[in-house]
Amino acid sequence: MTGIGSAAAQAAERAARESYGRLLAYLAYRWRDIASAEDALAEAFASALATWPRDGVPASPDAWLMTAAKRNLLQAARHRRLTEDPAVTVLLGESEEDMIGPASYAFPAPRHAAAPIPDERLKLMFVCAHPAIAPEVHAALMLQTVLGLEAKQIAAAFLVAPATLAQRLVRAKAKIRDAGLRFEEPEEAELPARLHAVLDAIYAAYSLGWDGAAIGTESGEESAPELAGEALYLAQLARHLLPADAPAGAEAAGLAALLLFCEARRDARSGPQGEFVPLHEQDADLWDRDMIMQAELLLRQAAALRVPGRFQLEAAIQSAHCQRAFMGSVPWEGIALLYAALARIAPTVGALVGQAVAAAEAQEIAQGKAEGTAEGLRLLARIDDIAIRDYQPFWVAKGYLLARQGEKAAAHAAYMRAIGLTVLPGPRAYLLARAAELQ
Amino acid sequence: MQYMISFFQPMSEYNRLNDPKEAEAYMGAWMAYVEAIRGSGLVVSGAGLKPPTVGASVRIRDGKRQVQDGPFADTKEHLGGFFVIETPSLDTALEWAARAPSCGSGTTEVREVMPPRGM
Repeated sequence: MTGIGSAAAQAAERAARESYGRLLAYLAYRWRDIASAEDALAEAFASALATWPRDGVPASPDAWLMTAAKRNLLQAARHRRLTEDPAVTVLLGESEEDMIGPASYAFPAPRHAAAPIPDERLKLMFVCAHPAIAPEVHAALMLQTVLGLEAKQIAAAFLVAPATLAQRLVRAKAKIRDAGLRFEEPEEAELPARLHAVLDAIYAAYSLGWDGAAIGTESGEESAPELAGEALYLAQLARHLLPADAPAGAEAAGLAALLLFCEARRDARSGPQGEFVPLHEQDADLWDRDMIMQAELLLRQAAALRVPGRFQLEAAIQSAHCQRAFMGSVPWEGIALLYAALARIAPTVGALVGQAVAAAEAQEIAQGKAEGTAEGLRLLARIDDIAIRDYQPFWVAKGYLLARQGEKAAAHAAYMRAIGLTVLPGPRAYLLARAAELQ
Repeated sequence: MQYMISFFQPMSEYNRLNDPKEAEAYMGAWMAYVEAIRGSGLVVSGAGLKPPTVGASVRIRDGKRQVQDGPFADTKEHLGGFFVIETPSLDTALEWAARAPSCGSGTTEVREVMPPRGM
C-alpha cells in the first residue's frame, strides 16, 4: 500500500504539524480563545516564512513562534481595548520579559533561556470534546486544532460540504470562547465521562478512515495524511499525556490498542489486484507482528489498572482475532463471551451484529452448523428495525448466515440490500460475487 | 428540503452493459442501490436514463441550430439518472450520494432543488 518513502514523508509532515499542535494548545490554553490563538499563530508562521530565509532560522524556532504569536494576541487585544482582561495581564506579564524593543521584532530573544513549551494538548482535546459542543464536531475540532489540518481537508473525510464544516467549527470555537469553557483536565469524578467523549471522537474518526473516508489534499499537494493514521496518533497521544497510574488511562490504552490491532491488518485487506479481502480470508503473514505486540502490551497495561470498559473489550476482541496469526485458528468461544460483555455495557448496533456472528460461530463449534446459524439469525432478529435499516454490516451478516443455512433466495436478497448500502467499490464487488454464487 | 442526486459516468461504464462478463455486476450494483434508496422512504422522484448514444443533443450557436445524435464529444462524463429526495439535512443527501456506484468511476452530484416560486 504505502511504501517506506511515503511513510517517512508522512512522519516528517506530521512532526511539523505536531509542533503546530503543541504551540496552538499552549496559546489557546493561556488565551482561552482557540480562534484568536489560531489567527495569531498563523500570522507568526507567515512572519517566520518572510524573515527566516533572510535572517536565518533562530536557535529555538518554537520559542520564536510563541513570542511572535503572543505579541500578535496582545496587539489584537489592545486594538479591542481588552487590557483589563486577566488573561491579557498574564500574557503581558510574561511577554514584558521577552520584549527588548521594536527593533528586535524580527529576532525576539528571551532574557532567560527558553523553557520547553509545556504540552497542553490533552487540555485542548478535553475542550474540543466538551459536552457543551455538538458531538459531531468533536473529532473535526481535534483534527484541526491538535493536528493542524485544514477545515476543507477534514470536510472531505466527514462527508460534509466544506463550507458547512467551516461554519460548524467557527461556531464551536465561538462557543468555547463566549461560554468561557475551561481548558483543564476535568475533576476526578468527571474525568471518565469527559475522557470517553474524547475517545469516542477519536474512535469515530478512525472508523471513518477504515471505511475509506479520506482527508482532502491541500491544493498542489499529491497526497494527504491518512485519517486512520491521524486517529491512531491522537489515541496514542491521549494515553501518553494521561498520568501513568490514572484509572481513566485504562480506556485510553484500550483504544490505542484497538486501533493498533486494526492498523496491523491493513496490508492484508487488499489483494494483489487491489481487491477487497475480508478478515477470515486474509493472509495472516501480512499482518504487522510488531504492531500486534505493541497492542498486546498496551492491553495488558490497561488490564492491570482493573478498570474494565468498552474500548478494552473491543481491543480484546481484536486481539483474539489476531491470534489466528499465532495459533492458526480463531477462538470463537472467547470472542462470543467478549461480545456478550460488550453488548451489556455498550449495545451499539455494530456490537450487536458482531455478537450475532460470533455467537453463530461459537454455537457451530459446540453443536453444529444448523444450531449455529439459527442462533446467529435469532440474535440478528432481536436488533431494532430502525437501527439496522441502513446499516450495511447487518445485511452482510444476515446474508452470510442465510447462505450457510441454504436459504439461497433470502440470502441473495440480504446481500443485494447490503450492496445497495455499500460505499467502497472493493467490498461491493466482493458482495456482488457472493450474491452471484447464490443464483 | 429537496436535493437532487445526479449520477455521472464515463462511457466505459455504460459499455459494461454490452460485455456479458460485466453486465451482471453493473446491473446488480445499480439495482441494489435503487432498491436501497427507494426503501429509505426519502425518494420524491427519480429515473434512470438510457445511454447518451441513443439520445440526442441540441444547441444553437451563431444563430444556427445544431442537432447531433448522441452526446457532444467534449463531455467526459454523462448523466445516467437521478433521484430527488426529501430530507432536512444535506448530510443525509451526501450519505446516499456516497453509496451510488457512479462514485467509483464517475461523479455523483448533489444539488438543492429550488423551492417553487411563491413559497
